[in-house]
Amino acid sequence: MNQQNLPLFEIFVRSKRGLDHRHVGSLHAEDPVQAMDYARDVYLRRSEGISVWVVRSSDITASQESDVESFLDPMDDKPYRHATHYKLPKEVDNM
Amino acid sequence: MDSQNKALLNYCISLGDDSLTLGHRLSEWCSNGPFLEEDLALTNVALDFIGRARMFYGYAAEIEGKGRSEDDLAYLRDCREYRNFLINELPNGDFAFTMSRQLMVDIFDMGFFEALMQSSDTRLSAIAAKAIKESRYHLRRSQDWIIRLGDGTTESHERTQRAFNELWGYTAELFEAPKEEQQLIDAGIAVDRVALKATWMSAMRAILKQATLELPAQDWAIGGGREGQHTEHLGFLLAELQFLQRAYPGQQW
Repeated sequence: MNQQNLPLFEIFVRSKRGLDHRHVGSLHAEDPVQAMDYARDVYLRRSEGISVWVVRSSDITASQESDVESFLDPMDDKPYRHATHYKLPKEVDNM
Repeated sequence: MDSQNKALLNYCISLGDDSLTLGHRLSEWCSNGPFLEEDLALTNVALDFIGRARMFYGYAAEIEGKGRSEDDLAYLRDCREYRNFLINELPNGDFAFTMSRQLMVDIFDMGFFEALMQSSDTRLSAIAAKAIKESRYHLRRSQDWIIRLGDGTTESHERTQRAFNELWGYTAELFEAPKEEQQLIDAGIAVDRVALKATWMSAMRAILKQATLELPAQDWAIGGGREGQHTEHLGFLLAELQFLQRAYPGQQW
């Protein structure tokens, strides 16, 4: 089998309830069903998660490195844009 | 040791041998898989089988009560004392052969462990409850692969069909009950494997049909594994598996 012909998939794993799915890596597979099986074998054999998403890498539209300045500038000179002055109650674990 | 205990001991060793030989064969794919992801998946399955072997041997060692450990059972018995089904010891062949065998074994295991979960022996039913979860996943994989390969290219179809034809006769002994097992079946301990055949056949038929493969002709059968009569391949398998303990007795990690 020629692996170069196999599409690439990105794997996202949610490690526990209340947390978001996090990107853990990528793998090759024939289709999403097989990618799901391999995700289990490659990334989930040590109780790493409770939920998995697989996404065809080609379906992801990514931002461009060259656009960073105009596109992702955090505008640090406008502090009112940042929600840093609020105190979170202790019960809110993951925000 | 009374005859039922002796039969139970042999039963556990047989089940351990099935798991160890197939687990070893699958482990031979490590670093030789068709691609990285499949390589990892195959060796994960190998580890499941080796884990099963440990549980069965561990229980066998307790029943025997002569101080032999699970390692002694695995590493210090010769071919004639191994009681696994022949299908498990056959060399891997190509990927289609490995997955065809796996499908046959996985479907068998699903039926077998479901029945063993009802065993009056609580230790065996606990092992079965753990094993069936693994088998469910193994079957999902092997079924998926056989459909892909059978309904794939001309070459993959041909190779898979050839694998099923070559393996078919080895499945007969999966559904034969040796005399010794009968008393365990009567006691509600062992699984009546003869009764598993109909379900196995219909599952097999359905998957092969979906994979556009032919059900092989049932005109030959070979057995003897449970009596210690093996193919020439088991000796070579054990030579590799047991080399270290034979050359350096008692050696540890």
